[in-house]
Amino acid sequence: MISVPELSLVVLVGVSGSGKSTFAARHFKPTQVISSDFCRGLVADDENDQSATPAAFDLLHHIVGVRLARGLFTVVDATNVQYAARRRLIDLARKHDVLADAIVLDVPEELAVERNAVRPDRTFGPGVVVRQRKDLRRSLGKISGDGFRRVHVLRGVDEIDAAVITYEKAWSDRTELTGPFDIIGDVHGCRSELETLLDRLGWRRGPAGLAHPEGRTAVFVGDLVDRGPDSPGVLSLVMDMVEAGTAICVMGNHEQKLLRALNGRKVNVAHGLRESLDQFAAQPPEFVARARAFMDGLLSHYRLDGGRLVVAHAGLKEAYHGRASGRVRAFALYGDTTGETDEYGLPVRYPWADEYRGRAMVVYGHTPTVRPEWVNNTICLDTGCVFGGHLTALRYPERQIVQVPAEKVWYEPTKPLGHGHEPGMLDITDVTGTRYVETRFGPRVKVMEENAAAALEVMSRFAVDPRWLVYLPPTMAPPETSRLDGYLEHPHEAFEEFAAAGVREVVCEEKHMGSRAVAVLARTPEVAADRFGVTDGGTGVVYTRTGRPFFADTAPLVERLREACEPLWAALGSDWVVLDCELLPWSAKAGELIRSQYASVGAAARAALPEAVAALAAAAGRGLDVGELMTRTRRRADNAALFRDAYARYCWPVDGLDGIRLAPFQVLACEGRATAVEPHAWHLSTLALLDSPLITRTEHVFVTLDSPESRAEATAWWEAMTAAGGEGMVVKPAAYQPGRVQPGVKVRGREYLRIIYGPDYTESLDVLRRRFLGKKRSLALREYALGLEALSRLAEGEASWRVHEPVFAVLALESEPVDPRL
Amino acid sequence: MLLTITTTARPATELGFLLHKHPGRVQEFRQSFGTATVFYPEAGEECCTAALLLDVDPIALVRSRGKGSPDFSLSQYVNDRPYAASSLLAVALADVFRTARAGRCAARPELPGTPLPLALRLPALPCRGGPELARRVFEPLGWEVDARALPLDEGFPEWGQSRYVGLTLRGTVRLADALNHLYVLLPVLDDAKHYWIAPDEVDKLIRAGTGWLHEHPERGLITRRYLGRRHSLARTALARLAELGDETQEQLEPAVEEEPPTEETATEETAVEEAGTEEAGTEAEAGADVGADAATEAEAGTGAEAEGRPKALNVRRREAVLAKLAELGATSVIDLGCGQGELVGALLAQPRFARVGGMDVSSMALTIAARKLRLDRMPDAKRARLTLFQGALTYTDRRLSGYDAAVLMEVVEHVDPSRLEALERVVFGNARPPHVLVTTPNIEYNVRYEFLTGLRHPDHRFEWTRAEFAAWASRVAARYGYRVAYEPVGDDDPEVGPPTQMGVFTRDQRS
Repeated sequence: MISVPELSLVVLVGVSGSGKSTFAARHFKPTQVISSDFCRGLVADDENDQSATPAAFDLLHHIVGVRLARGLFTVVDATNVQYAARRRLIDLARKHDVLADAIVLDVPEELAVERNAVRPDRTFGPGVVVRQRKDLRRSLGKISGDGFRRVHVLRGVDEIDAAVITYEKAWSDRTELTGPFDIIGDVHGCRSELETLLDRLGWRRGPAGLAHPEGRTAVFVGDLVDRGPDSPGVLSLVMDMVEAGTAICVMGNHEQKLLRALNGRKVNVAHGLRESLDQFAAQPPEFVARARAFMDGLLSHYRLDGGRLVVAHAGLKEAYHGRASGRVRAFALYGDTTGETDEYGLPVRYPWADEYRGRAMVVYGHTPTVRPEWVNNTICLDTGCVFGGHLTALRYPERQIVQVPAEKVWYEPTKPLGHGHEPGMLDITDVTGTRYVETRFGPRVKVMEENAAAALEVMSRFAVDPRWLVYLPPTMAPPETSRLDGYLEHPHEAFEEFAAAGVREVVCEEKHMGSRAVAVLARTPEVAADRFGVTDGGTGVVYTRTGRPFFADTAPLVERLREACEPLWAALGSDWVVLDCELLPWSAKAGELIRSQYASVGAAARAALPEAVAALAAAAGRGLDVGELMTRTRRRADNAALFRDAYARYCWPVDGLDGIRLAPFQVLACEGRATAVEPHAWHLSTLALLDSPLITRTEHVFVTLDSPESRAEATAWWEAMTAAGGEGMVVKPAAYQPGRVQPGVKVRGREYLRIIYGPDYTESLDVLRRRFLGKKRSLALREYALGLEALSRLAEGEASWRVHEPVFAVLALESEPVDPRL
Repeated sequence: MLLTITTTARPATELGFLLHKHPGRVQEFRQSFGTATVFYPEAGEECCTAALLLDVDPIALVRSRGKGSPDFSLSQYVNDRPYAASSLLAVALADVFRTARAGRCAARPELPGTPLPLALRLPALPCRGGPELARRVFEPLGWEVDARALPLDEGFPEWGQSRYVGLTLRGTVRLADALNHLYVLLPVLDDAKHYWIAPDEVDKLIRAGTGWLHEHPERGLITRRYLGRRHSLARTALARLAELGDETQEQLEPAVEEEPPTEETATEETAVEEAGTEEAGTEAEAGADVGADAATEAEAGTGAEAEGRPKALNVRRREAVLAKLAELGATSVIDLGCGQGELVGALLAQPRFARVGGMDVSSMALTIAARKLRLDRMPDAKRARLTLFQGALTYTDRRLSGYDAAVLMEVVEHVDPSRLEALERVVFGNARPPHVLVTTPNIEYNVRYEFLTGLRHPDHRFEWTRAEFAAWASRVAARYGYRVAYEPVGDDDPEVGPPTQMGVFTRDQRS
């Protein structure tokens, strides 16, 4: 019976011909076994080319390293009879913080020689085996000192054949415990506060000691002792709970040091150790012995709830979760120290949580702060109870904080408690390169590297502060092209499309011809700081669909919009809101584009066409046959005039904010809710609460798709609106539809489309009808899923990088080449 | 799309022989992007007018586009090509009047060599630079120029003039020359961003410019613009994002030229910098003499190091940074916001800098930098010293760590004030090199630039006075454990200080 850790490096040791490969094949998956022969073959096309051995081992170590980094159990099949070879493998295991076991296959020399002789590919003589065996004999005496966790020696063929491999779970693996948990921060001997806190959490003392009626488990993050008034009392309470199975506890640095002191080791008695030692001196020896045993048995971290929760005294970076090594333990006990000390003589800690990108929640203590704050899905619960702060608990999975204040300042802090963690920074690796973004609203979305590169440039040079940039709107496709004479787009196809997808009811919303705007509003600067981490006093932003701010200073607009949105706070029960809007007029933001592109085309057309008509008329006057060309040129002159009217309709002068209007049509998110998935009737009625000259209503009709009358009514509405110069309408399923259904399609008016397809598009409708919607529609779905994902992550209070990831992906997808006229 | 050519030479109808087009007929010529029609609105003894009407089919136009053009930006579809006298008209003219342009006329062999009284009319000529540039370009060729700017939209008088002029040229010129002038100069004046360029364009330019281009006072500008600008994937992606945000592509393009207009350059118009610095160099390598001339012109024109003139500020700034880095004993340096790699190149030229990093947010700038540094031909030993990569200063980035010094040369002023804090954390808090050099314009000095209005570059989000810079720098230094010293770059004006200010940050020993 050979027992090896679930995650470990197993090193097979034995001479050539000892049966390592056969052994490995019998006990392990082929992919788990990396053999030197295999690697030699890869780098030399010949498994026996000894000149390739150094290269083969480079490759072997690389493969083993990659596997261990990814947390995979790995077996090395090589002779490993020399210390140096084993040393390199042990170092590799240490580098990846996994344990290494050795399995030695010790067979008689003659057997190995005999086996090699019958293998035609083994051309070396018996001398090789003899030499290897000499190495092995020399090794066996001291292999236990190599640094393996355990060395399993199998002597003789019988033992080898009879061996059975079993796997041990890592000590830190308590993933089978699913909670719910009450995770409690650094107690430091504050027994009274601990009892108050447990009481507030609902713990009651029963016949079997403290227990929670809902069967919750308490988790202590360590530092139960030192500084405070009753470290033995706290230990006693926690030991009872752990023994009764109602609590688990990880070791803190103070337990470690107290244990060393109690064990008679020479330690520097400081940082409140004196108090503990005095208190323990008054305890009976049996208690001290029990406490020593308890503390000696504490682990430095646990993985809980299927790996979704990690608890360690000073936190733990993702690469160390579930690993075992001296440095993992040091990290868990002391944090990521830089080796430097600050002006108070305390160690400077590296802010590992800023870089944390793991999916597991990490809960820890160790560094006292005024209040617990989430940083990238990690939270520190040490709120300095012993220094007169609070004793803090986190309810998991509820993510709820429960606190009791300290009864007094039990111990004067050497330095003031930390004040607010700086908000988590975004890292370049959160956005660059080819990426896959998981969403809960569809398949994962791939972002190409070059699109990410373009987005990075736009994002970092022009976009608003990413803490505010919590959403970017998806692109929207038109319906299938209309075959109706004179039309490229018509409501009929939109209705047909949704009906075919099984949608019963749709809403048709007026498409305001302005610039798409997303408004993020916080009720007060405090809410902005709390919820968005923006501490410069700003209370919101209004930005474009590429994330750029509207106007050099959006503060006045935000100010007025927040006033207008006052009714929403109560209606939504939230202190912040994200709105999807259209900002009018188009010329307010697009002025430069309109002038340089649209007005320019109009100006050139209106100058050139009349002169062309005049020249043709003169030629006709001379009797030349230019009739057809003249008719066509005249018609084009008319088209140019219509084109000019089409864009001019969406331009009006604005002076500062005067003349600016906003048309909100969707409430994207508020506290705890990604409201974007609410039915449109809810959005429209909620937004109807807004009554302000700044706000423009979004006209709309609901359509029952199986009713021809209902369809006809909406079609007539669309025709009237577009005939009057309106841009058109957006048709959306009345309620959120999961799956491959478009979230909306835009049906644009005939005149409006001159801005998109050019002044003369009506001359060549048949050619234009050959347009391909597939890519646009697929893009719309992917961007929609990303947008909803970003809003959901925001509403659930996820880390800023998690919100930024899908938002950035939308921008990147938007730089993909798609027919821009769609 | 309309060109009329009128002559009053007698008999005026001989224009028909010269153009090889009969005045009594209407002739059509298929072009890849539409149809060109030649007809004569007037054909009398005293006055004869030939009209070339180009009916551009916008759909065919899109289909005939060059591979590198941004086919997914809307401007490809809604554009002025069907109306304006652009490069398309030049192409049609070259085709339809091929023989006339070559100066051949079998029927009247003496005619092509004879200057004739001519009037050329283009009702809508796109002209970046306005009527003034049209005059500068045509007058040296013997034309009397009547150029009038067209209003953008009569309904919105506040929008001002369009980039089109109604142009009439009068002069006594050989017809072949007149046609060649138009052929070369229409695309030049247009300077369109969608003008595609093929390798043989250079040869065409040399041929069409024979006899007049080499002594034209604006030959530098003409050559650069004619050779156009190239497109890269990065640029087309940007173009798309610009339109999505209701903006023009120019509003998103990276900052290239940093210097405000000086007396010499101010009289030249602004488009010079666009094509000049980045593209002329490669065209010169392509082996065209004209291109090589253009490159030299570009340098002289933008005022680098001509005789008797002081060194350009960007050169002095680079030298100041290099000197400071040497003085600090830095052996590994990263240039944050390296742009087209000028400083990176200078660092690589000095073996003392064993490791050189260059980061920029613009992949286009990095592509140009790679080309300018000749990365593909760089010897291994030198190449191994260099790391060039895309990144943004508002994201933490491990690749920024491990250098003796980081340089932020004319970078901070391109960052929104609200994002500066992130930059500070990334550079001073996270990368934490022992030294950081920051240069930025001193806005007080701006009064010394005669032609400057506003900030020194449109992409500058702010410019600081010396006091403002010092306040920022000392706050950052205090927060992140650095000391900072200030040094002037350029002539230190007793009244307003130097044009550029430099902060030299040094990390405290203990932190």
